[in-house]
Parts: sequence; structure tokens; C-alpha cells
Amino acid sequence: MKACVAPDEDAEQETAKGHGRTSRRKGRSPRLRPHPFGLRTRLVLAFLLVAAVGCGTTAALTYRAARNAILEQAQDTAVSAFREQVENLNTTLPVNPGMLRSSLLMIARQGKPRPWRVYAEYGTLRVSSTDRPSSSVITPELRARAADQNIPHGSFQRVVKDGVPYLTMAVPAVFLARSAEGPPQRTGLVIYAVMALDEEEANVEAMVAAARDGALPALAVALIPALIAARGVLRPVRELRHAAHSMGRGRLDTRIHAKGSDELADLARTFNESAAELERSVAELRNAEARARRFASDVSHELRTPLAGMLAVTEVLDEDAEGLDSDTARAVRLISAETGKLAVLVEDLMEISRFDARAAELHTDEVDAADCVRKTLQHRHWTDPAQVVPYLTEGIRARLDPRRFDVVVANLVGNALRHGGTPVTVRLYAEGDQLVTEVADRGPGIHPDVLPHVFDRFYKADQARTRSAGSGLGLAITQENVRLHGGTVTAADHPGGGAVFTVRMPL
Amino acid sequence: MPRVLLIEDDPSVREGVELGLRRRGHEVRTAATGEAGLEALGEFRPDLLLLDLMLPGMNGVQVCRRVRESSQLPIIMLTARGDDFDVVIGLEAGADDYIVKPARTEVIEARIRAVLRRIEEPSSGRSAVEFHGELAIDRAGLTVAKSGERVGLAPSELKLLLHLTAAPEQVFSRQQLLEHVWEHSYHGDARLVDACVRRLRNKIEDTPGDPRYIQTLRGFGYRFGPL
Repeated sequence: MKACVAPDEDAEQETAKGHGRTSRRKGRSPRLRPHPFGLRTRLVLAFLLVAAVGCGTTAALTYRAARNAILEQAQDTAVSAFREQVENLNTTLPVNPGMLRSSLLMIARQGKPRPWRVYAEYGTLRVSSTDRPSSSVITPELRARAADQNIPHGSFQRVVKDGVPYLTMAVPAVFLARSAEGPPQRTGLVIYAVMALDEEEANVEAMVAAARDGALPALAVALIPALIAARGVLRPVRELRHAAHSMGRGRLDTRIHAKGSDELADLARTFNESAAELERSVAELRNAEARARRFASDVSHELRTPLAGMLAVTEVLDEDAEGLDSDTARAVRLISAETGKLAVLVEDLMEISRFDARAAELHTDEVDAADCVRKTLQHRHWTDPAQVVPYLTEGIRARLDPRRFDVVVANLVGNALRHGGTPVTVRLYAEGDQLVTEVADRGPGIHPDVLPHVFDRFYKADQARTRSAGSGLGLAITQENVRLHGGTVTAADHPGGGAVFTVRMPL
Repeated sequence: MPRVLLIEDDPSVREGVELGLRRRGHEVRTAATGEAGLEALGEFRPDLLLLDLMLPGMNGVQVCRRVRESSQLPIIMLTARGDDFDVVIGLEAGADDYIVKPARTEVIEARIRAVLRRIEEPSSGRSAVEFHGELAIDRAGLTVAKSGERVGLAPSELKLLLHLTAAPEQVFSRQQLLEHVWEHSYHGDARLVDACVRRLRNKIEDTPGDPRYIQTLRGFGYRFGPL
């Protein structure tokens, strides 16, 4: 059995929600897919099979028993009547064909349960009650058995010829005078009788037809419990499927109404227990994660206030350092410089915390994309063509958050200038309905081991390397900002050397 | 040098900013609470108010509203990035600009200068008073009257109006206005412009919901007129 959870999406849920704006294209409730060999089909087939086998077996057994009874009855009647007739026959030797024939005709007339055709064989002499002297139905086997001394009262055989069943009987004629010590003396004359069993066969056929006619309604009737049983199994299965699908979409409070005491109800209860357990552990994880995030956010908030005071006076330190003795001056300059870096780090941490808490807001505006990039470069004084070369397609109007886009471009260019080689090229163009920003450097490129981690927080390609000018969060913040715009950012090695960062955002 | 009143509850920020500004020649008075700050206003007569938004007791937004009831004193809010909600409310309350803490003294001073800078005369040959519909704008005296009645405009509102009316019917993007009126970077917070436009409309438009003077061009920005 395959659980079919169809994660396909279409407009069904959107109409259900009513608001096209708020409806995110998430999975909807699973639609029943036709199963050519599903549970229902198989249950119905199984029921039909059982019914068919039942009917068939009953019919077959009945048929066999009835057929035997009918045939044996006819046969016993015929055999005993024939034996009696032959015993009553006054056989005189040598055989007089004329007399024998009239005797045979008499026997044939008195045939039970129906008239027989009677044949007599004595050596080469053939006499019969019909116009043919011998019958083609009588087999050599029967003849052999008639000649067998050990079978004194003759034998019979059922033969089918040209589709018609016949009963053939052979009784040897014996002398009436019996000796006390042995079996009756045979005269050598053997009388055969042939009786068609077609009437009996017709009765049997009628019985087969009756059995078949009875089986078909039985099969039809079997369909009803099959469908009911399928329904009883399929409904809980469908409920389970819906519930599993709903859980998969993140609704962990999904439960099934488990009623009854069968295996499916047990399954439903197990599902409910597992769901509750899952919900509990997910809630625990979320709480732990939320606590960790809140802690990071709180820490950066707490750091910010003292930093605000310190940062305001760094200029005083810088200006007065000249007048101090060299050690004090170095110490003072160190404190000033590190305060600045700390302020950047704390700001970046807070920014990341807001992304984690999903509190980051997008303040979009329709802007000229090339202007936007140009202003970013100007603002950072990246105007030397030996350092940064812009190739900006003019006239693209894009809807974006200018501050966040500035952060994206500045972080990528800053990163390229720090870790790559100059000149750094910044390309801006539209591709379909996407705004593409490419920042490429001429450095050594990104090592394949490092590539999957470039956007990780505080990731250091080389553990031994001391921290660089950046906070270690620049690319992570870049990625979050791009994602907030509904875009993607990728890092790759340029075939011509150097690293390329490509940002794609919807226009 | 301008006289600055700093209302800030955190002692280290208060002292640091005071020290930094004083070194640059500003005359600085500080207050730890909104109430003390309002009291100091009348006596100190500052040229500009540096106002922390998160204050114990009376908060920065309330102080801002109280000040705006009676004066058009330039107000710069001190805020922390992420307190977006407060920023919007503070701007609606009438603040001219805001600074995100922590900030270097040079940044704070640059903002103070920008807010206090008078708009230069675009051309000397023009008459001092211009009339636009019912608005009378005196570029030399820096006053605005509507239907003969003087309208009190905060510095950012006045500068925005003067900038827009210097080139009537010309569209300015919000980024351009940020650069020229607020002297922010191109990538600054456009909500400054939107909040200022809203305040300005409330003061000069007949029906602020259907503006006549300051019109919005969706996706492009703002323009003055056409009337």
C-alpha cells in the first residue's frame, strides 16, 4: 500500500482562503488520485475471487456427486437388468443365429431404463438386435474383460463416442447346469448391450447450467460487502493521509478522530500519539532556538548602549593621542579603532537577530537600479577604475529596499576587494523579470571546500587566519537581505579565474 | 556655534555625546528625563533638540509632541535601529531627522548641521515672496502663509516645501529628496520623506487626503503642483 500524499498545488486552496494576496502557494489538501490497483480494487477483486472459488467449488463438487449418482443409477439399473436378461436366456449350442437374434430383440426391448442395442458374439459369429452385426462402441478392452475367466458376471464400460456417452456392457452366457466345485461353465457366447446415456448427460448439463446461473448472482451479491468493506478501510486510510499531509505542511496539532477498536483505529491512535510527541519536541526545539536568538539579540542590545557612549568619544581619543607618550597613545588608538569595529560587529549582530526573529522589514521603493549601485560605490569611495569597474545597464527601474540593496552591493564589493584581487567588476542587468547583480574579482577564487560555507556566519576559510576587517557576518547579512527581497545569491568560481557572486532579485 | 539640548537617560551616552559635541565647539545642555528637558527648554533656548526616544516616564515621542505644540525647534531623534515602530511614530510626531545609535560624533554633528542649514537661494533675481495658489512663500524670510495666515513649519517641512516649489511640477524621487533636503545618502530611509510630506500636507492642503500642492506620483516620487 502506498501512501499518496500529493504535494501538488493549484488554485484550490487560494479560492478557499479567499485572499489571493495572503494565500501563499503552499500545499493544499491532497486530492484523491485514481489507483488502478488500489485498495478498493484489490478488496473487490479478493471478494469476487473468494465468491467465485466458493461457487465454483460447490458447483464442481455437486456436479461431480450428482453426475456420478445419476450415471451410476442408470448404469446399475442397466447392468443388473442386462445380467438378469442374459441369465434367463436359453442358450443352446450350437448357436442358431435366427433364434439368437429373436432372443436379442427381446432383450433389447426389455432394456432398462431404456432400450438397448444388443449384440452377441460367438467365435466369428456376429448377431445383433440392430441392422448392423457389430457395434463400434464396444472396445477391445471390454471384449478382453468379457473373455476373462476371472470376471464371471461380465463387466461394463462407459465410452464417449462423437460426444455422446454410451454405457457398454458384456455378459458371457453360461451353462445352466452348474458343477458344485467350480464357476459356471461358459458357453463361449458373449452378449453385449449398448445404451446411450445422452438423457442422463442432458440432466447433468442442466445441473451445470443451474449452478452457473446461481453463481453469477452470488458474485454480484459479493460485490456489495466488498464495497462496504473497502469503504470501511478506505475512509480511515484517507483520513490518515489527510492528517499526514497536514502534518507535513507544519500543522503539528493535526489529530485524527479515532473510533472503534480495530487495527485502523489503533493506527489512528498511534498516529495521534506520535503527532503529539512530535509537536511537543518541535515546540521544545523552537523554544530553545527562540531563547538562543533572544539571548543573542539581548546581548547585542545590551552592548549597544555602552558602545554608543564609547563611540561618541573615540574622536576625542584620536585627537588627543598625539599629545600622549607613545605607549599610551598606541593603547588609546587601539581602543578607539576596536571600538569602531565592535560597533560594526554589534550592529551586524543586531541585524542578524532581526532576520532570525523575522522582524526585518522591507521598505521598498521604485528606484533606478543603476543609480542605486552607482551611489553605493560613490558613497564608499570605490570610484578608482583600477579598483572597481562598474558595467551598469541604465534605465532599469526596480522595486527594492534601497538601504538593504546598498548593504548587499557594498558587502559583496567590500568582500571582493578584501579577499579577491582587483579590479572588481560590478555588472548590473535585467534578465527576464529578474534584476541581476554580479560582483566578480580577479583573485584566486573560492576553494571548493569553502564554497558551500561562504554565506555561513563567522565562517573562516582558514582557521589560523586572524579576523579580517569585516565582522564575519557580511555575506550572511547579504544573503538574508536578498532573501527578504525574494531573491537568491550564489557564489561560484569564474571560468576565467576569480570568484563571482550573483544576486538575482525580482524586478 | 549652535546650542544643543540633549535629552538622554543613559549616563554614558549622555556624557559621551556631550563630550564629543562640546569638543567640536557646541554648547551642550543635557537632561536625563523628558520632564527635565522640557523645563530646560525655556531657560536654555537651544537651537536644536537631540532627543532619545526611549526615556523613562515621559517618552521621547511625547516630548516631541509637546515641543511641537508651541515651537518649530529643530528636533533630531536618537534611536536604535530596529525600533522601526518608534521611528515612524517619532517622525509623525514632528521630528525632523533621526540618528541611529551608536553613532560617531562626526555623524551626529553632520546631521545637526544639515538640519540647521538654511536652504540656499536658488536664484538671486527672484522676488522674495512667491505665490502658489493660496500659498505665499517668503524665501528670504523663510515663512509660509496660507490665505494670509502664517503656517508654522518645522525646519524639514520648510526645506522640503522650498525645495519642491523651487522647481514646480518637477518630479523628485524620494532618494533625491533625501539627498538634497536631509543630506542623507541615496540609500537613506525614505520614510523620512513620506512622514514629512504627510505633516506638510496636514498643514497646507485643504484636504490632506486629496492633495493639491504636494502630489504623489506613484513609483516616481513627489512634485509641487500643477495647481
